[in-house]
Amino acid sequence: MHNEQIQEHFNNRNVTEADSNYFMVDIAPYPTDGWGKFKRVVKRSFRGELFVGLWVVLREMIRFNIHTVKYPEEKMPIGPRYRAVHEMKRLWESDTERCIGCGLCEKICISNCIRIDTKLDEDSRKEVTEYSINLGRCIFCGYCAEVCPELAITHGGEYENASDQREQFLIFQDMLTPLEKMKAGTQKEFEGFGAITPHEDERVKKTPLAY
Amino acid sequence: MSKITINIDGKEIQTQEGEYILNAARANDIFIPAICYLTRCSPTLACRLCLVEADGKQVYACNAKSKEGMSVVTSTQSIVKERRAIMEVYDVNHPLECGVCDQSGECELQNYTLEMGVDAQHYAVKDVDRSDVDWGHIHYNPGLCIVCERCVTTCKDMIGDNALKTVPRGADALEAEYKESMPKDAYAMWNKLNKSLIGLTSGEEMLDCTSCGECAAVCPVGALVDTHFIYKSNAWELKQIPATCGHCSAGCQISYDVKHTSIDNTEEKIYRVMNEWNYVSLCGAGRYGFDYQNEVKSKDAAAFTKAIEVFKKADTIKFTSTITNEEAYLLQKLKEKFGYRLVNNEAKAFQTFLNDYSEISGTKLYGYDLEATHNANFVISVGTAIKSDNPNARYALNNSMTVNKGAGIYFHPVKDPVIEGLGKSIMTMYHAPLQEEVVLYLILDLFGDKEKLPSEVVEYLASFHSKKTITVEEIIKEEITEIVKVMKKNEESGEEEEVEEEKKKMVPKKISKEVEVDDNRLLDILGADDNFMEALEKNLAKKDTFALIAGADLYTHPNSKNLARLLALIEKYSAFEITMIPTLTNSLGVALICELDEEEGSMRIGYNTKGDFTLSALGDGDLDMPAINQQEGTLTSINKRVNPTNAAIGYGGYELNDIANALGLKAELVINYTPMLPTDKGFKAKMFDDLPNHYDNDGTEHRGYVLDNVAVKVSGDESIAAFSEIKLEGTLIYMANPVRQFTDFTNKATNLDEVSGVYMSEEFLSKSDLKEGDSVRVKSDNGELVANIVSDNKISGDIILMPTFDSKINSGALFSSYRFATASIEKV
Repeated sequence: MHNEQIQEHFNNRNVTEADSNYFMVDIAPYPTDGWGKFKRVVKRSFRGELFVGLWVVLREMIRFNIHTVKYPEEKMPIGPRYRAVHEMKRLWESDTERCIGCGLCEKICISNCIRIDTKLDEDSRKEVTEYSINLGRCIFCGYCAEVCPELAITHGGEYENASDQREQFLIFQDMLTPLEKMKAGTQKEFEGFGAITPHEDERVKKTPLAY
Repeated sequence: MSKITINIDGKEIQTQEGEYILNAARANDIFIPAICYLTRCSPTLACRLCLVEADGKQVYACNAKSKEGMSVVTSTQSIVKERRAIMEVYDVNHPLECGVCDQSGECELQNYTLEMGVDAQHYAVKDVDRSDVDWGHIHYNPGLCIVCERCVTTCKDMIGDNALKTVPRGADALEAEYKESMPKDAYAMWNKLNKSLIGLTSGEEMLDCTSCGECAAVCPVGALVDTHFIYKSNAWELKQIPATCGHCSAGCQISYDVKHTSIDNTEEKIYRVMNEWNYVSLCGAGRYGFDYQNEVKSKDAAAFTKAIEVFKKADTIKFTSTITNEEAYLLQKLKEKFGYRLVNNEAKAFQTFLNDYSEISGTKLYGYDLEATHNANFVISVGTAIKSDNPNARYALNNSMTVNKGAGIYFHPVKDPVIEGLGKSIMTMYHAPLQEEVVLYLILDLFGDKEKLPSEVVEYLASFHSKKTITVEEIIKEEITEIVKVMKKNEESGEEEEVEEEKKKMVPKKISKEVEVDDNRLLDILGADDNFMEALEKNLAKKDTFALIAGADLYTHPNSKNLARLLALIEKYSAFEITMIPTLTNSLGVALICELDEEEGSMRIGYNTKGDFTLSALGDGDLDMPAINQQEGTLTSINKRVNPTNAAIGYGGYELNDIANALGLKAELVINYTPMLPTDKGFKAKMFDDLPNHYDNDGTEHRGYVLDNVAVKVSGDESIAAFSEIKLEGTLIYMANPVRQFTDFTNKATNLDEVSGVYMSEEFLSKSDLKEGDSVRVKSDNGELVANIVSDNKISGDIILMPTFDSKINSGALFSSYRFATASIEKV
């Protein structure tokens, strides 16, 4: 359908019109007196509707042709833009962590759940000494991934947050892509907010260089 | 200087004749971009952003002076082009490291790049290696440096260390075509920028200065950073607590920047100290000595009960002047109620001195403040080791030398290379200890108005003058005629021939002459150079505002009464504007609020000083007290201001007010006493919460309030006693601290690393068989102590400094009350 038609279709809320696409569900009138209610109870109890439902279950069970996902053995694939538990990415070139410790994620976090400690390291660079996300507070809004200038902090697909306590902290090492994964080349880029858009290169104004 | 009206962008504004256009605009909330200009310093002309059009001519607002009726336009098409080009140039090769830069967005380069709308780069030059360097307490990253030279300017014009300068960058020359294609000023600015970086004047690898950190504070980008702060926190995470520095009597405006300690520890911690550097300059103690708090988590009820019992038995409270006005007032109330003796020797000496001074001056307080010194062009400092007693007084002295093209005389027994480094126009006179009296007589003699001075004083001064005949050698130019042979073309024959010619020429000739000159015996007594008067005359040319700074050597001098009266006479009968340096943080406040006693009783309570029962904010006493950075209250500064300070970090224990409440005084908070401070001494009945703590754009100070200088009845007796020629000789010791140290509180601060000991100059050590680190016994008439030698290159000469910042070395025991004493030194 074209957009205008859809618009028209949904805008027509007049249920009484014959061609309005609305129809009434066939519902018997509700019993109003005590006797009527009693009759309804008896009817519902002894008509065997329960067994209709049980039969469906039994039939599907012995058929072994199940359409539901067998969680937790099976898991649905998660969309690349899904915002679940955070990940810290590494650089493809050197396998070192991308995080430069700028603290923008800490600043932008609207639920104030990110904290970061930094110091000067031996190579006189900024080093992240500690980094924590309080998942008990995180609302998975995605601002941290969006603001990150280095595409370092991103959201991942890990959504299983069941825990025996409300507060669970993520630390830097937990989030960082394992080195084996880097060696195997299976680190996945996040495609949600904050990721580079497809034609970024064409939009950049180049700075002249005198080399 | 008179008020004039100028017109900036159609707005009529009032300003002073000769005020820089930039300052006039800023004072009236008109924005003119500028990076390199620092208020109170001389214009640097590095950034050229402050281009404006004054009466149709392009000028730099930072060094163009206002004239009556001037019409200024802050932005024209060509100025906009220049400014945009300048900001593009600043961005050339500037690393895109904003994410890790310690400036973290408080960056003038960022701000102006956005302000000028720089969205593309048109210029390029090959970069040179600009790796970062560690200069000790300052870290320099030349990669981020835009060479605005603000650090150099403040170090020269305000601090007086001259520790920084521009050094060659070693870059390739700019491409020739830029000269044509670029706006003129932008090219000139780039040409200069491309040739320079910041380096150390000394040529050494580490900074050797008085370590104030002002260069890092004024840096508009993240090029100069305090080493202790590198990569510790983003600026936006820090909460600013407005406060007053509690280390010395300057009472500088500061803000403590606080944040939680770490991820694991949510307790607040002070990360750094910031200041309004356009209007106030800090010293190293103020900037780096911030973590002296007394960390007390809970109330020690047992110690408190004991303290109350002791307070019921004791008859004396000894305390130091590191105390707020409110607590001093509390002590005074306790005295009135329970009859304690209040003992604070240093404040007592200052109090007595002030009282003696007011007998002639007719005012409770000295007449002026350091602002007067900043504005003066002839400054005298007497009786103070100015650089360590009150660094701000030294900055004021230096500022008047550099910006007002002033001159001055520094009278002090201890030779000081830092003061000598302030320039040629400051004359130093290293007199012998106890001769401060002669110095004041000399000042009165040189500058006093002899017609108005009491006649006996004039007669007394005249008795030192005599005429003497001396032979002076003079070089004069004399005209002589000599005959020279020159080759000349004979016009008739056309041949060259030798001709004799007479030539007149001027040659210098030495002659000796006998002249009758005035001989001033006061100068001889002080040991002045023969050419002192000549140099002074030269320095006094074109000087019209005079300031005098007097310090603690005078208050403790055996003849302090006479000195106080002399100072009052100088103020009354000469052009000098007098400021006295209160000995410690709040000596002035204590001197005004408390009735102090001299004799101690038998049962003494010590507050921040040793007693039979000690209340201490240093954490080493019988009951803990909060340090100044954990207290609310007011401090009285050298500028006679009552400045408010706030608690930067938490304190869980008891404070003096709790004790006072337990003893029957009633106040929920100690700041409830702020409006009760004695109005008859000049304080005002103002609530603590109503006290402001900021500066206006034009530099007007809104901090607390200024004390009223209450009038005192004078007897009319202006007589002064003759001086004695006694002076201390032999091996001398002087009670003074190294720069950046004042008390045990500065000693406790982790970033102030001065070691305690016996401070000797390098010069003295090289002459003796002693060396740094040796343990020596110092013995005077009053006592003796053993400590290690520390070599100090910030003093020279033979006088040995005995610091008081470490109470483990009880320097006070060596002195009677005067800051100098004779002593013997032996190696142990």
